[in-house]
Amino acid sequence: MSVRIGVDIGGTFTDAALEHPGGLATTKVLTDYAEPEAAILKAIRIVCEEAGVAFDDVTQIIHGTTLVTNALIERRGARTAFITTEGFRDVIEMRSENRFEQYDLNLVLPAPLVPREDRLVARERVAANGDVLLELSDADIARLVEAVRDGGYEAVAVGFMHAYANPDHERRMGAALIEALPGVSVSLSSVVSPQMRELPRFNTVIANAYVQPRVADYLGRLTARLAETGISAPVFLFHSGGGLISVETAAQQPVRLLESGPAGGAIFAAGYAQAHGVEKALSFDMGGTTAKICMVEGGAPKSANTFEIARTYRFKKGSGMTVSTPVVEMVEIGAGGGSIASVDALGRIQVGPKSAGSEPGPACYQRGGDAPTVTDANLTLGRLDPDGFAGGKIPLDPDASLAVIDRDLSVPLGVDGTEAAFGVTEMVDENMANAARVHTVEHGRDIEHFTMIAFGGGAPLHASRLCEKLGIKRLIVPPGAGVGSAIGFLRAPFSYEATRGFYQRLDAFDVAAVNAVLTELRAEALAFVSEGAGDAAVEERLTVFMRYVGQGWEIPVVLESASLEAGAPEDLRARFEAAYQELFGRIIEGLEVEATNWAVNVSTQVADVKRVDAPAGLSPVGDSETRSIFDAGLRARVDAVEVRRDDLSAGMAVSGPAVITENETSTIIAASYAAVMQADGALLISRKESAA
Amino acid sequence: MSPSSIDYQIMWNRLIAVVEEQATTLIRTAFSTSVREAGDLSAGLFDRQARMIAQAVTGTPGHVNAMAESVGHFVAEIGAQSIFEGDVYITNDPWKGTGHLHDITMVTPVFRKGVHIGFFAGTAHVVDIGGRGFGPDAGEVFEEGLLIPISKFAEQGQVNDFLLKIVRENVRTPDQTVGDMFSLAACNDAGNRRLQAMLDEFDVDDIDGLSEFILEASRRATRAAIARVPDGRFDNTMQVDGYDAPVRMQVRLEIEGDRIVADFDGTSGMSAFGVNVPEVYTRAYACYALKCAIAPEVPNNAGSLEPFEITAPEGCILAAKRPAPVSVRHVLGHLVPDVVLGALHAALPDTVPAEGASALWNIQISARASDPESGLPSAEVLMFNSGGTGARPTLDGLSATAFPSGVSTMSVEATEHVGPIVVWRKDLREGSGGAGARRGGLGQIIEIEARDGYDFYFNAMFDRVDHPARGRNGGRTGAPGGVELASGEKLRSKGRQLVRNGERLRLSLPGGGGYGPPEDRERKRVEDDLRAGLISAQDAKEIYGFDD
Repeated sequence: MSVRIGVDIGGTFTDAALEHPGGLATTKVLTDYAEPEAAILKAIRIVCEEAGVAFDDVTQIIHGTTLVTNALIERRGARTAFITTEGFRDVIEMRSENRFEQYDLNLVLPAPLVPREDRLVARERVAANGDVLLELSDADIARLVEAVRDGGYEAVAVGFMHAYANPDHERRMGAALIEALPGVSVSLSSVVSPQMRELPRFNTVIANAYVQPRVADYLGRLTARLAETGISAPVFLFHSGGGLISVETAAQQPVRLLESGPAGGAIFAAGYAQAHGVEKALSFDMGGTTAKICMVEGGAPKSANTFEIARTYRFKKGSGMTVSTPVVEMVEIGAGGGSIASVDALGRIQVGPKSAGSEPGPACYQRGGDAPTVTDANLTLGRLDPDGFAGGKIPLDPDASLAVIDRDLSVPLGVDGTEAAFGVTEMVDENMANAARVHTVEHGRDIEHFTMIAFGGGAPLHASRLCEKLGIKRLIVPPGAGVGSAIGFLRAPFSYEATRGFYQRLDAFDVAAVNAVLTELRAEALAFVSEGAGDAAVEERLTVFMRYVGQGWEIPVVLESASLEAGAPEDLRARFEAAYQELFGRIIEGLEVEATNWAVNVSTQVADVKRVDAPAGLSPVGDSETRSIFDAGLRARVDAVEVRRDDLSAGMAVSGPAVITENETSTIIAASYAAVMQADGALLISRKESAA
Repeated sequence: MSPSSIDYQIMWNRLIAVVEEQATTLIRTAFSTSVREAGDLSAGLFDRQARMIAQAVTGTPGHVNAMAESVGHFVAEIGAQSIFEGDVYITNDPWKGTGHLHDITMVTPVFRKGVHIGFFAGTAHVVDIGGRGFGPDAGEVFEEGLLIPISKFAEQGQVNDFLLKIVRENVRTPDQTVGDMFSLAACNDAGNRRLQAMLDEFDVDDIDGLSEFILEASRRATRAAIARVPDGRFDNTMQVDGYDAPVRMQVRLEIEGDRIVADFDGTSGMSAFGVNVPEVYTRAYACYALKCAIAPEVPNNAGSLEPFEITAPEGCILAAKRPAPVSVRHVLGHLVPDVVLGALHAALPDTVPAEGASALWNIQISARASDPESGLPSAEVLMFNSGGTGARPTLDGLSATAFPSGVSTMSVEATEHVGPIVVWRKDLREGSGGAGARRGGLGQIIEIEARDGYDFYFNAMFDRVDHPARGRNGGRTGAPGGVELASGEKLRSKGRQLVRNGERLRLSLPGGGGYGPPEDRERKRVEDDLRAGLISAQDAKEIYGFDD
């Protein structure tokens, strides 16, 4: 019997999902910051009881967490030294030398994770092609080891120039540190992120070193506590690239766990995309503070090899820290149920990114929140049931919402409360729609051809309006949407992506040299995968990052095999041009093409998701209550059908305007859409023909 | 149903996304390094009356605000009766575009149901435009390359092949320069598609009402902000290095009620070299500076730009006349905000920063085989680098950060793949921030050497070597810039020079000025700076009186 549990530690809640042959049990408990493993054990206990499963029946635990991201945001990490090439001590402080906000004279740049006095320099230099220009001497190594010892550091990151091309100096430095200082955690950029471009590579190795001791310690405690409790099942970690790695790998390379929770959500959405035969899906996850959007094509979330964490300035691009590690590519914007609305100096409604979070929360929670939030606006517009929120556990006060909306918005705008509340939801929907549109445009896609998959507490409230704005015709709201990430963990393969910066022009392409690199990458990735998966069958994927010579952006070109044939340069050029054409609508004649970074992904195969057939026949839902809600498309209050999601069975149809309620959230069906309950419990919401 | 205020707000918000998409399309398809890597571009939507109503927040102020004026010139020259659906217009006229020949501005009229309703415009810095290449050495604009007068790049969908042929035959990089023109046209198209979808959604057929709403709200907010600045006349003078002779920049601000006028009367005359600045570019940066200090939260559009009246006497170096050379107009252009903010300081104490390095230290490196017979290929490498910004009233200056320009630097590792050079050093220049209660931002030190078999030329166009950034309110000046070989041999801060194999070029970028007297700096901050090595023990002791 296979009994697997996915556990996701989020900022507010720790979620668990247990899957056993009889079905699925899920729960949410509050995250325990001091002792995260305690909340995990509590959640596991609850789902095991609910499913009637004994601890020793559990066969596998899969764990994802935002703890790593939070440690970086909150600067709770180890006392870390950074050893780098002389002349490059300030790369992480100088950043890109620009200002991410043009008009703010009082702009503050985020402080580097490792302050200047803890950044030490080695006299060494490797050239772009890997040649050694300045040999790293043993004396210098010894001097640096002493400096680390004297400084009392818990962790050391080593990042030398062009170490992706020749890691020898980093390895010698690392070996000396490990030998002399066994208690100190050592991270090398050539191991953690061997890709060209010093700023993201240095950021990545520093982030890794900074969180490594705490994460290793936490994972150690977790496995020990599980064992004490009688759970002997192996634990695996869900990484930000959307796959599983061993506890040991995670403890060594915790930077791979960044964003693992949200990535789980994307995998969750991908499962529903496959089950419903959706080729192009857009996952939309909206919580209390942020919304995340991810493209899922051919059943797989879009991936990337760099992303920006810990943005410090209104979620503005450039205000965080760019790291390079394989990730599910997502756009995140400061839009959630708790986002606060205000009127600016120009008389415009602004929503977010400041959020009331869950404490004090929206005004309607009556826990001290005194600013109008998106949730207050939704309540004012009738989209939330004041008595049924969170299964009735949190009574909502519409008068409190209206009072703050009137005070902060209606009065300055000179409109009534409904119009102001509409302005708030419309503005937040607009912000999310714009972010989604830009994201698909950046990938050369038309958003109209996508199906949206909405989950997370806030998404079902906003999704149909978003679809209306974006011209999206189909929307899926899966069941269990509140614990989507934890369920997503259960759908993931074992996988590892090994990357390397290796510069090659196609007109001077050395197939043998490239294959030698690829062989190493494959072996490296396979070794990590085997730690969890033994000798299970695997598949591999090669991503080559290419551009025209002289350009600054690489675009990813994906191949099914990580070993190249003699005709590779021609083949790569053809694939590059096809990808370029798709993204930019044209190719450029007469220019050479070059490859910069290479990534080999090895993963186990996951069982095909079972296709969910459309219900045999449709039956209208019977007599139900109605509720007055504001329909944004019609720009008017309408009587909406109100049904409980639990009361719907496969094939039952609900025509918008409608509200489908469940304990964790409500799904709003706009007047121009209609929903049909599917056999797997998902709501399929489609644009009405007449409106199309 | 006519749109309500909320509808207009939503559409305004959408327009920002529309022009962002326009800019994104350009950034991702352009060839020019400065566009792609450094954001040297602009994109915007204009109404039928050629008033800019939305602009992408990417881009540099010099481009953006200059482009805002340019569409008016297009309308005047093309003539309303000759504007057809499917047209695309082009120019790189420095006086009608954005200040030098390397910037190409393209304008696409927007039609809806056969009626002309507005324009999209985009500007990008192209790799090459012929002539002498990018540099200050021309004596007249004619030598700086091809000038494309305002003309139709395409008429009713038909691209002007004659124009393309002329361009192709007159530039060194025909594929890339012409490619960038098509990128500009494509980015305008991308914006147009999205605008049309928005108009469909809101069921309106023109943008006149929306334009009035945006411009009126922006104008009102800007005027209200100006009205809060005390009335008066405020003068400031600043001396900078210039090219062949020092340049005096002088400005008078006259503030009365909700009007503000900046007049550069008294500024030095034109240079014989290409550092002259067309007035449009001066206006762009002067306006940017005033806006940052007075009304930073108001979006950039014709309504928010209009209240700032900026003028410079024709024939001064900040309002160069044809046919003056203007290729590197950005160097003095970048210094304009310092002189303007200095004048504003008298009106708005505790708001504006001290002077900074301000002008970028861009290095164009031409690597050449030491032995021409060796057959080693030549290579061109471009680097953008910034010194320190001036200290702010309550905050230290930003080290090695561009201001007022909005550009970014490039990765050294990537740069070393472009050409046969080694950058031995690119780190903060210790002790270069002007001392003060708030310290100026530090400059940086860059050391570059050619790899085996190569020498390299570099084109120096560096300011603040003889005239460092001044402090404010008792703050000290930032360290002046320096250009030398690592051996200590001094080099000129202007002009093309050779660095032979085995020698290292060392650039010491200027620091920003300090703010307030150094003795007012909190002990903790001095201690922190000392520990981080941002100041020397000697400076800590002698300037800050820190003696343990």
